This record gives sequence, structure tokens and C-alpha cells, in this order.
Amino acid sequence: MKFTLSWLKTHLNTDADLSTILKTLNAIGLEVEGVENPAEKLGAFKIAKVLTAERHPQADKLQVLSVDHGDGTPLQVVCGAPNARAGLIGVFGVEGAVVPVNGMVLKKTAIRGVESNGMMCSFRELELGEDHDGIIELSDDAPVGQVYADWAGMNDPVIDVSITPNRQDCMGVRGIARDLAAAGLGTLNAIIVPDITGVGPGPDVRTDDSDGCPAFFARSVKGVTNGQSPEWMARRLKAIGQKPISTLVDITNYIMIDLGRPLHVYDMATLKGGLVARKGKAGEEVLALNGKTYAIDETMTVIADDEAVHDIGGIMGGEHSGAQAGTTDVLIECAYFTPERIAVTGQKLALTSDARGRFERGVDPAFLDDGLSIATFLVTSLCGGTASEATRAGSPPSEQKVIAYAPARCLSLAGVDVAAETQKRILESLGFGVSGEASRVEYEDGMPVTVPGVWSITVPTWRRDVDGWPDIVEEVVRIVGLGEVPSTPLPRVPGVARPTATPEQLVERRVRRTAAARGLAEAVNWSFISEKEAAAVGGGEWTLANPISEELKVMRPSLLPGLLSATKRNVDRSATSVRLFELGRRYFRQGERATVGFVLAGEKSQRNWQSGKAQPFDAFDAKGEVVALLAAAGAPVANLQNFGEASNAYHPGQSGTLRLGPKVVLAEYGVLHPSLAKAFGLTGTVVAGEIFLDAIPGKRKSGFMRAPYAPPSLQAVKRDFAFLVPETVEADALVRAVKGADKKAIVDARLFDVFVGPGVDEGFKSLAIEVTLQPGEKSFSQEELEAISAAVVKAAQKLGASLRG
Amino acid sequence: MTNDMSEIANLKAGLIADIEAADTLEALEALRVGAMGKSGVITGLLKTLGPMSPEERMEKGPPIQDLRESVTAALAEKKGALEQAALDAKLASEKVDMTLPADHGAQGSVHPVSQVMDELAEIFADLGFSVATGPEIEDDWHNFTALNIPETHPARAMHDTFYFPDEEGQKKMLLRTHTSPVQIRTMMTQEPPIRIIAPGRVYRSDSDATHTPMFHQIEGLVIDKGITLGHLKWTLETFLKAFFEREDIILRLRPSYFPFTEPSVEVDVGYTLTNGQRVIGGDGDAPGGGWLEVLGSGMVNRRVIEACGLDPDEWQGFAFGTGVDRLAMLKYGMNDLRAFFDGDLRWLKHYGFSALDVPTLSGGVGA
Repeated sequence: MKFTLSWLKTHLNTDADLSTILKTLNAIGLEVEGVENPAEKLGAFKIAKVLTAERHPQADKLQVLSVDHGDGTPLQVVCGAPNARAGLIGVFGVEGAVVPVNGMVLKKTAIRGVESNGMMCSFRELELGEDHDGIIELSDDAPVGQVYADWAGMNDPVIDVSITPNRQDCMGVRGIARDLAAAGLGTLNAIIVPDITGVGPGPDVRTDDSDGCPAFFARSVKGVTNGQSPEWMARRLKAIGQKPISTLVDITNYIMIDLGRPLHVYDMATLKGGLVARKGKAGEEVLALNGKTYAIDETMTVIADDEAVHDIGGIMGGEHSGAQAGTTDVLIECAYFTPERIAVTGQKLALTSDARGRFERGVDPAFLDDGLSIATFLVTSLCGGTASEATRAGSPPSEQKVIAYAPARCLSLAGVDVAAETQKRILESLGFGVSGEASRVEYEDGMPVTVPGVWSITVPTWRRDVDGWPDIVEEVVRIVGLGEVPSTPLPRVPGVARPTATPEQLVERRVRRTAAARGLAEAVNWSFISEKEAAAVGGGEWTLANPISEELKVMRPSLLPGLLSATKRNVDRSATSVRLFELGRRYFRQGERATVGFVLAGEKSQRNWQSGKAQPFDAFDAKGEVVALLAAAGAPVANLQNFGEASNAYHPGQSGTLRLGPKVVLAEYGVLHPSLAKAFGLTGTVVAGEIFLDAIPGKRKSGFMRAPYAPPSLQAVKRDFAFLVPETVEADALVRAVKGADKKAIVDARLFDVFVGPGVDEGFKSLAIEVTLQPGEKSFSQEELEAISAAVVKAAQKLGASLRG
Repeated sequence: MTNDMSEIANLKAGLIADIEAADTLEALEALRVGAMGKSGVITGLLKTLGPMSPEERMEKGPPIQDLRESVTAALAEKKGALEQAALDAKLASEKVDMTLPADHGAQGSVHPVSQVMDELAEIFADLGFSVATGPEIEDDWHNFTALNIPETHPARAMHDTFYFPDEEGQKKMLLRTHTSPVQIRTMMTQEPPIRIIAPGRVYRSDSDATHTPMFHQIEGLVIDKGITLGHLKWTLETFLKAFFEREDIILRLRPSYFPFTEPSVEVDVGYTLTNGQRVIGGDGDAPGGGWLEVLGSGMVNRRVIEACGLDPDEWQGFAFGTGVDRLAMLKYGMNDLRAFFDGDLRWLKHYGFSALDVPTLSGGVGA
């Protein structure tokens, strides 16, 4: 919402300077977004008179002028404008002035050999309009030597405030003035509503849609002359960025901005029969003032005559029925449209307008008659014509809101003690009616007792947003100033500090910092990916109806696409080694699953003087990360089972899953499927993994925070076994079998060698396992050791393994 | 001095000179065998002591014993010296160029958003706030309606909401536009008093240098008895001072409007221009200073408390919300939000944090 300082001062009688006004606006909740004085950049442009104009000796199209700019010494100026002539009064830029349109600094120069000092300017050069056919021509009474912007009334700062959606009343300059007056910056000038004596009956208008348009007031004015708006009105509209169009249109815009009251003016010559506010009909269309055609349906309120729809009620007028240059008879509409209806229609049509912005927030329902009178008065004053009587179809909502309010609420809600008298003054200056008793002291049996006062507060009709006592506290506090609210320490929660993070969060923190400690950089990728990317990792289950782009459309079912895209961007920036991880959610119909994903691409180790060539990552690097991160997350790593069957994002022969039991998949990992890598533009081996944090069982709390343990007093014994096993037997199966051969004595079994080649039959492989035996009370006897070895061999034999000779 | 005795003295001098002259362990060993071996000279002399009478032994024994001890000591000393020399020589031969680079492993990092979230959790833990979470795919009741934003409310236009397609008989689903629905979920499931923070991803259909379609917010909620705007003010001051680790944090509270709070307060924090950069701290009204909007907040609207099944006459409280990415930018000086979500390893290395930079109250939350 923009307005100028002088405009504000037509409503606010104040001595406050600009900076005080700006500060106060911020303090009372009308946030200043910007302030600009157009005169500041025009300070070096003065009103000047052309004394003589002669032809340039070297150029046909140039003239040599003698210009008086008020300091007594005429200056010689070379000028190319066709309208430059002796006697013309225009705007002159002196030496050193900066031309707004192009930033050029004016200096003494020679044009085709003739000295020139400064420049006579066009409107466009001063950014005051598009006119560049010639230099500005001012009226003969323009005072030579005065700064043009001052004379033209442009030395008037333009203030832009952001109005929150609850404050319709401040979408008019008067409402802002009222707030400032309440805040102590002067007084609000009274508004005198002109008395219109109508001639003849009011126009034929009615409302058939009392839900959408409960009130439709109108007058006609016949015999008007539509022309250019008077200078003062045009200047104000221009200053705030509204293009003056014609007097009739400008009047409606002016009243909307001045008083927050949208109006519409119809050219009666374009109407067939009376106007009715009614529900739209499917199939109807209207060509709006913005040049676009909108499809109407039965949820919308329109203004129509016997033949056509002329107006999307309260949002935008129609192109065909608006006031034109030749308009002679007009109908002025001043209606009340229901905010909810306007909001729905506006959203449906994706059409915003100044009128919509006001109606959907709720205009003052008690200001229809006055608004219509003011508009009629301005039309007859500026365009002539004869006004009719008013037609008042329907009636606006007239419910008087009364709120019970105890002044003590201000302290209990806002924490600031404001004297009842001050509260009353503030509320009344904002237009609230205050009646009832303030709190008082009474004596009961000689003892003083405070009886809290309860006020009955009447809410002004223009404050649709106020409907409860907290609103009243808000009004008081914002005018008193939030700076007055004392900073009050929040009482400490009794007792010692307790953990405040959720168990999930603790796991996430551990995993995140473990990954970072292991050399992976944490990325944060978009939660949404493209349909194609989603399809490559099994398809997403949530697709946005209104994505910002096709690339960000499907809620990710996997963290891999985001990580792979980031990997590709890094590779394109010549990164030779990429280790990225992300900790975030995947999105499914069944819920959002906390997941860690990582991608390792490029060189695992750079070429170096110790080991020579650069090393690529392999599937076991992925497995190593998965195991380490699972351990950090508190998963029972030793009990996990290795399975194949990773998703088809992975190389079918070099990938796997880690599971708790056969069904609960905690992680999958492996070499990325080459076709997926290719889809992301990645070459070479890329390995990756995902850990499904929500599948990891939580820590069970028992008596102690740790299980009991005492290091065994006897040394562990190690024994090596080499087995020949069929190639198809998985190493993990053999290790498990060995480990299970004697659950008491065998505390660990670790595979340390795999061999295929000479000495090993075709179709077989040799697996070597180091078994750790832990004696209990006493050392193993030779017999015991032999028995354990026999059990190990026997267990292995069940898998087709034989002890290697 | 007897003849024998001068012989022994000569023998001693000769042996010791030979020992000192030995230049290898092998030569030294030969000398030892020659002197102390089974048929060594000293061994021979010692053997002569056996048959002697005690008187004679008293006379001749000590010089021989002295000879044995002196030679033994000389041998040991020389052996030590030779071994040391051999070790020195071996080590000298093993010298490598220690200026050659050593592999110290890949450097990982924690993303600034995660780090700042941990910092915030730490600060608010001290104030007694627990962490709460909620879904990012929300229904419109939790995201809007329960927060006093009905369908036709103009405030819905302030949120550029991402929606999912309507489904027959299902709630309207969307991506949460703020972390405020977690307030609702908490109040509906937890008995007051409540003190929570809710960090997380939020989404709005917006994209430029300072807006991305996904970003991070943190929400705070206190529901208790007798909580006022004054407590909100203190909490925000305390939190921002702790977060920016500066005492000169000055807040400017401005009345504003959020449907879910009343009164509503927008919070600006003063900054000082330092080398053309806005550095948080100082009075925004001082020359060269200014105000940056960092927080939206207010007293929880009675309707919201009611919608969650609590009695607004009994319970009252405040809520606030702020952008985590924005806080990170203001504290650590990044200026392009989009870089947060690009995964550029160079950026992550520069702005990221070491795994061990765990924010703690005792160590300071910043790193």
C-alpha cells in the first residue's frame, strides 16, 4: 500500500517529521517496506525560460538557445527539440545534474562547435512520463529559477507499507492516519460527507445473490464530461504508481486508495436494462479490464444486465461497460461483497486486483452510503452532470460486535501493565466504543477488595478482524508499543536438565557425525525429484499437483537420485573423488521413513607415491560404510544377516542387503547398476548404500546402562581352518556354521583368505577362517581342543566343505 | 712389586688396549674368548688360584680378580659402544624423506543446516524445550484449519502451497508450509505444560536467491499457566544471544498478523554494517545499522488452543518460528540460499563442520 506524505496529511493533522512517522508506522504494525522522494533526484532541475532561440550555424536540426534559469546570467544551450522557442518556459538541468533516465552527468560541452551549458529536458528524460517529442512546456506563470519538482508538488515522499491481511481498514490512507493519530502523532481530521440531492429515481439495480452480494447501492449521474483528472488527483495517483486514465476511472481508484472503498463506474450507454448482482452461470464469460477473458461458474457473483455479464463482482470490471472518453451517463456502483465469496472466486480465477484485496479482507459495511455520496460528489464536481437519487438494493451486514473486556487482561496476556485510562484513550482513538466500569476498590467489612472492571467494547464497523478480547489486548499493546513489554524470564523447569532430544534424533546425530568422521560430506538435497528419476528407483508414491517444475515433482522414494545428481554436478566441476551422504526422509503412503543414503564415486584413493595408481571404490567399500553406520545407529551388527536381493538400483551380482531376521531390511548397498549410473551421466564404478534408520530396533533400557562384563582371566586361543567349499557356498554361511559349532567356546570366527587357483579343484574355492576360542574357568585340554576342531569341521561339512589337507 | 704382579699389570694393559682397539663385535668376541673363554688367559690365571695356600691366595688372588673384573667391564662397555654404533649406522641407512605427503584420510563434514539445528536444540534444551517432530506431508487441517486459517482466509494466499491431487473421501494433502502443524500435533497428544521446539523441512512454491521451494524452519511452543508476551520476549532475546554468541543482540518487536497467534509479533534483530556485510549485533537504529526480520511469533490464539482440545481459559502460551537456513546464513555469513541445496563439495568443505564440532553448552554452541 503506497501513499504520499501530503496525502496522509489530508487526513492526519500532525507536526511529526517523516522519520518519526516511519518509525511509528513500524511500531504499530504497519511495516514500512520503502520510502522514496522522487524530488531527490530532480533537485538540480529548475524552471527556466528560453529568451532567444537561433539556428545552429552547423546543423539544421539544432538551435542555440539563451536560457534564463533565474540567476540573472542567461546560459547558452544547444537544443535539438523541435518545440524549443523563445518565450517557452520549461525544465532546465544545470551543469552537474544527473539525468534520471540514463544517469548521464551534465557538463559544459561543445556541440558541433558551439558551447552548450546544461540541458532543457523532456518528460522522459526526467522519468516523469513517456513524452519525448519535445522539451517540457510549463504554464506561463511557472516561477523561473525555482526547483521544478518543488513547484510541481513532487517533493512529497512516497511511503510503501505492507498491510497484514487482517487490516483492511489500513488499505486506505485514512485508516493509516487513524492508527497514527491513536499512536499520538497528531489528530485525525474529520471527514465531511457531502449531502447529495438526487434528481429523479435511482438506477435500476438489484441483488439476487444476497450471500455473495448482500448490498448493491448505486446512483446514476447523467450528462458528465469524462476527461483528464485534475492535476492534484493525477499527481497523487502517479506518485504511487497508478496510471491516470480518465477522470471517472481515476475517481474510483482515488477513493479506493484514500478510503479503502472500491467502487465501479459503468457507462450506462453500454447497459441493456437494469443491473443485477447474481450468481454466475456455467458457460458465461466476461472480458475483464485486464484484457483477459474469464470463465464464470455458479459459485461466483457477477454483475450483469439483461444481456451480458459486466463485472466479476468485487474483483474486476468488464472491458465493454467501463467509463470511456465519450461516456456521458454513468452508473456508480457501491456494493458489499462477501469476503469468503471473493476469496474463493479470486483463487479460482487466479485473478488479483486492488478491489479483491479489499473486499476479501472485508470493507467497512457501514460506509456504503457515504462512499457512494463521496464518489457522486467527486463525479459531479469534476465531470459535471446531474446525480440521481440512490438505489439501495439489499443491506450490508450490520451486526454490531460487542466484546466483554477486562483491562487487567492486558497484563495477563501481554505482560505489560497499561493504565485503564490509557487503554480507554487508545481504544477510543481507534474508533472503539468503551463503556462499563474500570476496576475499583470496595470495602467489605472495612477491608479493601479490588473488584475487576469489565468493559463493554463496541468494535468499529471497519474492524472486521477484531472479535475477541485478545484482539483488544493486541490493539492496546501495539499502540503502547511492544518495546514497553518487559522481558520476563521464563521460569526454569525444576530439577536437573533432562535429555530433550528424541531417540530418533539421537540416532540421527550419531550416524551423521559418524559419516562425517569417516570422510563423507553431508548434503541436503530436494525432497522432490523428477518422475523419471523416481521411476529409476522404483517409483514415487506422492506426486505434487502443482510442482514448481517437472524436476521437482515426485516425493522421493529413495535418497539416491538426489545424491547422484549432486555427484554429477561435482564431477562436472572436476571433482575426482565424491563421498556424499544425506540424512533425510523418504516418502511413502505408509509414512515418512528416516533414511541415510550415501554415494561414493571416482577415486577411493588418489594415485600416490606409496601405492601407485588411483584406486576405485568397490562394493565392499559400500558394505564397510553400511556396517559402520549401522553400528553407530546402534544396530546389532554382529547379528545381521547378509542377503542378496538389493533393489534393482544396484548391480545384481555386487550388492546386498543386511537384515535382522529374513524380513527386516536395515540396509542395502553395492555397486550402482551401470544403467542407473548412466542415467545420471556418471561413468566408472559408483557405489552407494541406504540405511533405513526407522527399521533399527530402539535401545531397550534395562537396570544398568551396560550389560555386565568382566574380561576373562585366561587368554583366548586362535585356530586356523582352511576349507574347500563348492563355489556356490557363500562365505557368510560357512562363517556362521563355524561360529555355531560350539557356541560356548567359539567367540569369533573371521574369514581371512579366499583362494581359487592351482591346488583347488574346478568348481571349488578355498576359504580360510580364524576361530577364536575363549576358555572359561580353566584352560582347554588337548582333548577339548580336538573336540572343538572336530565340531567345526563337522559343521562345515554340512555345507559341503572339507578341511583342506 | 713381584714379577707376577707386573706381568698381570702388563697383561691387563694389553688386553684393555686390544679391547678398545676392537672395531667389530666379532673381533671383540674373539678377544673375550682369548681372555675369558675356557682356555683363555684369565681363565688360566684363575685356575692357578685353586691349589694355592690361603696365604698365597690372599696375596696373588686380588690382582687376578681385578684383572678379570676390569677386562669384563671393558668388554661390556666396548660391546655396548659397538652395538650402539651398529644401530646408529642401521638407522642412518633407513632414513626417508619425511617431507613426503602422508595420507590422512578423506575429510567429511556436517552440513550447516544440521549443525545449526544441533546448536538450537542445545540452546533450547537449557531452557527446558524438548524436540518434537511431525510429518512433512500434512493434511490441510493441521497445516491451516487448526491454525485458524480457514479455506477462504486471505492468509492462505501468503503461503504458496504445494498440494497433492485430491482423492475421493480423503483429507486434502499438502507439503507443510511451516513447522506450525507440529504445535497442533503436540498439543493434541501431550498434556500441558508444554515446551517444545520442532525443527524440520518445509515447502513453499517459491524460488530465487533468497527463496527455495524447500527450506528449514524451527518452531517453538510454550503452553503453561500465566505465560505472557514478556516471557516470549525474554525467550527470544536469550535464544538469539546464545545463538549468535553476542551480548549486544538488540531486538525490535513489531506488531504483525499470523492467524494462529494473537497478539502477533514480528521480530527484527539489529545489525551493523561491517565491510559491507550485515553483521548481527548492535542497535539497528544507529548510523550504519539496520534491522533484519528473523522471527515470527506471538501468543497462541485461543482458537488454536481450543481446536487442540485444551481450555484456553486455563492454558496460555506463546509460539515462534524462524528459518534455520536464514539463521545459519546470518551467523556464518553465507549469502546464497541455493548453495545450501547444491551439494557442492567445495562449499560443503568450506561451510561444513567437523564431525567433532558437537555443539555443547560448556564448549559454546558455535564452531
